[in-house]
Amino acid sequence: MGELKLENKSIVVPGEEIATGMDYIPGSGTYRLGEGIRANRLGLLSVTGRAVKVIPLSGKYIPKKGDLIICRVIDILMTGWRLDTNSAYSAVLPLRDATTEFIQKGADLTKWFKIGDYLSAKIVNVTSQFLVDITTKGPGLRKLEGGRIIKVNPSKVPRIIGKQGSMVSLIKEQTGCRIVVGQNGLIWLQGDPKDELIAVETIRKIERESHIQGLTDRVKAFLEEKKKEMTGE
Amino acid sequence: MPYTKRQDGRAFDETREIEAKVGVIKRADGSAYFRIGKTVAYAAVYGPRDLYPKFLQNPTEGVLRCNYNMMPFSGSGERVRPGANRRAKEISLVTEKALTPVVDLKQFPNAVVDVFIELPQTDAGSRCAGICAASMALADAGITMKDLVGAVSVGRVDDKIVVDLDYSEESYEGGPVADIPTAYIPTMDKFSLLQMDGRISKEQLTEALEMAKKACTRIVEEQRKALKAKFDIDVSNEGGDSDGQ
Repeated sequence: MGELKLENKSIVVPGEEIATGMDYIPGSGTYRLGEGIRANRLGLLSVTGRAVKVIPLSGKYIPKKGDLIICRVIDILMTGWRLDTNSAYSAVLPLRDATTEFIQKGADLTKWFKIGDYLSAKIVNVTSQFLVDITTKGPGLRKLEGGRIIKVNPSKVPRIIGKQGSMVSLIKEQTGCRIVVGQNGLIWLQGDPKDELIAVETIRKIERESHIQGLTDRVKAFLEEKKKEMTGE
Repeated sequence: MPYTKRQDGRAFDETREIEAKVGVIKRADGSAYFRIGKTVAYAAVYGPRDLYPKFLQNPTEGVLRCNYNMMPFSGSGERVRPGANRRAKEISLVTEKALTPVVDLKQFPNAVVDVFIELPQTDAGSRCAGICAASMALADAGITMKDLVGAVSVGRVDDKIVVDLDYSEESYEGGPVADIPTAYIPTMDKFSLLQMDGRISKEQLTEALEMAKKACTRIVEEQRKALKAKFDIDVSNEGGDSDGQ
């Protein structure tokens, strides 16, 4: 008979036995060893029905098709730009995916994006060797001007965004900042400097406590308290 | 004089006192601290990240690169001179080989995972302490790995089989000594490091390795505890921005 060895939502460590027997099915972050299931990365155990998986709590970003990311221009190529994606692999933005404008052959590409510019972009394609193609054509994809960029742990990004963007909307509402969250762990914020600071603090809090139940309520209380402090001064 | 009692009063199958912590280096992707007795190791993991020069890249799987370093002021200065030397290079290599069986490098072709092991204080068993710290740091960095690696040295002092030799035992002069650093992967039941200084009989070696397995399994338990402890944090709104990543 299969048996779960650990409680759902507990922290698991590589090599730790999660379940015994063949009744459970190993998902991502787990593997089968003999009759049992073991974790192969550090994370939060998640059991849905018979499927067992481990939600990572750390780790670098790995480019995935369709992700919205924030990246920095690091080089200008013959027919496009090379961008740093905050992962082990850089991305290429080809001319035709950058703008709808007509670009003359041999034109100076710094007119559009300079080295050091930050862009919000979408990943069009990733090959098996992690050659990454991105685009800035699409709603919300553009050069990010002003504001500030912060780096967070990429595996915490889903919690920062929340269900259907609930968490990030909450921060936007409460602080009045414009926020773009990249799947690669870069976040762009723009607003009044004081509000920006509160937003950053809130994001750091989410990052720190995302694995503990009741996060949304804590974040709500935190934001309200901060707001009170600010208006009180 | 026969070796009847260990100099620090431990049982023959007892390791020195162990202390393990995770997340000690803020800017690293993963980090760990491991202390066994007077030997202290820090490990920092960076990556997966870009690998240059380009000819080092491997398009079929990622590269694990370890660097072992004794800090200039570490050790007693009697035997090993700290710093980058042939010995450090060898230990870096065996550390890599000890960790490779557990990590899954297939997920990041052309990239590298860098592991830096620094030892501020050494009292024998430093490569084992380094491997223990590195395996925790790799897990902390979110690298996919089948299991943690526990490492400890075993051996014999005179006619006794002992676990976790310290420097006084390694340099015991009342009889023959063998020092066998091992690294052990519990779930696979395999050794990934086995070296030796000195002489030992076949029977004694088998016995020593059995003791090493038990000691390593206990060490892995400590490592797991330390990794979990990182997530035991206070969630009250007071005391706002402390450390943590």
